[in-house]
Amino acid sequence: MAPITYLQAISAALRDELRADERVLMMGEDIGEFGGAFKVTDGFVAEFGADRVMDTPLAESGIIGTAIGAAVVGMRPVCEMQFSDFISCGFDQLVNVAGKMHYRQGLAVPITVRLPSGGGFSGGPFHSQNPEGWFMHAPGIKIVAPSTAEDAKGLLHTAIRDPNPVCYMEHKHLYRRIKGEVPEGVFETPLTARVARAGSDLVVIAYGAMVHTALEATEDLDGASIEVLDLRSLVPLDEDAILDSVARCSKVVIVDEANATCAAGAQVAAIIAERAFEDLDGPVVRVATPDVPIPFSPPLEQAVLPSVERVKEACRELLEY
Amino acid sequence: VKVAQTEIPHLATDKGEEMATQTAQATAQTGGAVGHLLIEDRIWLLRAMLLMRGIEERAMTLYRQGKVPGSFYDGFGQEAVSAGAAFAMAPEDRLCILHRDLAAHIVRGVTPARIFAQYMGRETGVTAGREGNVHFGDYRLGCVGMVSMLPDMMLVATGMAMAFKLRGERRCALTWFGDGSTSRGDFHEAMNWAGVQRLPVIFVLENNQYAYSTPVDKQFAVDPVERAAGYGFVGVTVDGNDAEAMFEATYEARQRALAGEGPTMIEAVTMRMHGHAAHDDMKYVPKELVEEWRKRDPIEQQEARLREAGVDVDALRAEIAAEINAAAQEALQAPMPDPATAVQGIFCEGEAELLGDGQAPWSGFSGEVD
Repeated sequence: MAPITYLQAISAALRDELRADERVLMMGEDIGEFGGAFKVTDGFVAEFGADRVMDTPLAESGIIGTAIGAAVVGMRPVCEMQFSDFISCGFDQLVNVAGKMHYRQGLAVPITVRLPSGGGFSGGPFHSQNPEGWFMHAPGIKIVAPSTAEDAKGLLHTAIRDPNPVCYMEHKHLYRRIKGEVPEGVFETPLTARVARAGSDLVVIAYGAMVHTALEATEDLDGASIEVLDLRSLVPLDEDAILDSVARCSKVVIVDEANATCAAGAQVAAIIAERAFEDLDGPVVRVATPDVPIPFSPPLEQAVLPSVERVKEACRELLEY
Repeated sequence: VKVAQTEIPHLATDKGEEMATQTAQATAQTGGAVGHLLIEDRIWLLRAMLLMRGIEERAMTLYRQGKVPGSFYDGFGQEAVSAGAAFAMAPEDRLCILHRDLAAHIVRGVTPARIFAQYMGRETGVTAGREGNVHFGDYRLGCVGMVSMLPDMMLVATGMAMAFKLRGERRCALTWFGDGSTSRGDFHEAMNWAGVQRLPVIFVLENNQYAYSTPVDKQFAVDPVERAAGYGFVGVTVDGNDAEAMFEATYEARQRALAGEGPTMIEAVTMRMHGHAAHDDMKYVPKELVEEWRKRDPIEQQEARLREAGVDVDALRAEIAAEINAAAQEALQAPMPDPATAVQGIFCEGEAELLGDGQAPWSGFSGEVD
């Protein structure tokens, strides 16, 4: 089995679902003949037809809203936001219509919203965001964020087969940078955390691209035994796995690529403070992007995104505490 | 593409008188049937409107007695819009219903006791206390409840129609929205999407002259029904106080949709006769305007027609009053929801259940009329 990229893994999951279930429908801007801005659906129209790989009008609210309508009458729409940033234009439909539907009236909304997210390549303020925190705060929406090719495929299968709205955060910077062996066929990755590397002196908790930053930063950090916990799912958040790592390691660094305030990592920190205070041997340390729009110019962008160096520094300081 | 030539609100008055005359003639000739409606259909329309008004009047009393929490919103004077349009929809069609459209829920089969329980936040209400007012839709009856961000449901209905078309099904989706919501982006996105994909969807614009306190002349420069042509489909203006006219316009729109001829926008011209909600004394509306529209009450119009056709309207009223009274008593006896359930049901845990088929009382659906 040859390794495939994170992007190829996403494409493979989509193909498998289109083949397996006639209810599955892709919707998005430029995803048809053109194959999508990142070529995730390249060649799909030839196999599945333009109806099932639908080029939509440039209307994010329209994409989410019509997907909701199609879902409640039996389709399984997978919506692509061309960039996760554009979900702001579909926010209302996702948060108020989809997210609250089952609670309000018992009606399930099985839609998946693919959100190409993250920075690191001069995308600027509107092509680099990590908006997952917006939706963690909105009840009724599941959120997954794969960091490996295998999880990119398995979590997408899980998302599409889930009867609820699921935001699938696919990190653009991992698309072609990350490769891995991925099992053939459909497999559903559970919405739980994964120990990316076991350790005992300190745990770095991260998700998405920051898992790789954490792994690189702690690969050889003065001989310390450092665990890396990959959250994989933000809603539901695997509290047991978080508490288990904290109990074994006693020291915690939490890394977010998103803006720091009310980020996923802030919620992780709050859970640890509430439920694992007695297990800590030092303050909970966070590394995140400061609360600024993501700037365009490389030195500015690199100055705000969490880097390998910043994570190293945070770990060293905490180890010495 | 048909576009209304007349102006708001005079249009409705002129057209209404004309229609009443036509109806009277038709009645004399056919023994009570007009257009696609048999006499029992026309009685059904009156019944749905009387139930709507009676339930809402009683609910307003319950509100003043402190038994309906929050606020209370009604559709007094607009009963024909939802009764007539919903009556044209088949069991397998799907509806997204707005807050002044209680008659649509009644047509689809929601019982008065469940409606009262809904208003009072009881466990036996349609949403078991999760939602208030007319923010509900019984999915088992093919209806999706609105959200307060208007007109979000235009896109949801468009998506339903998109699925019907993709699957090659002869079905149709319908939604209502108000004059105020024609200003929002989702109006444009839904109209455009439905036009581009030529979808079997019916958009019913409930033009009741006011969005809360804002009159239509501050809402749009051009009557929104004219925009339908710009999106590539038919727009028609109908007397929204005439249930039978609403039925016929919706019937035609549905026929177009099923024939693959795409969406229709129906502008139902009516008047919001009460405040935006129970707290609103509506001082911003000129008294003369309300008086003018009061003469055109949709229920009185329908009653007059049926009396002329020999229907015992008083007996029907008495029957409905008794039904409403019993339903209110039943709902008052219903338990409040268990607080422990407040955090349950955020996610669907099992298989996604789809929208079911609704009641569709029009005789045409049982093959009696085409």
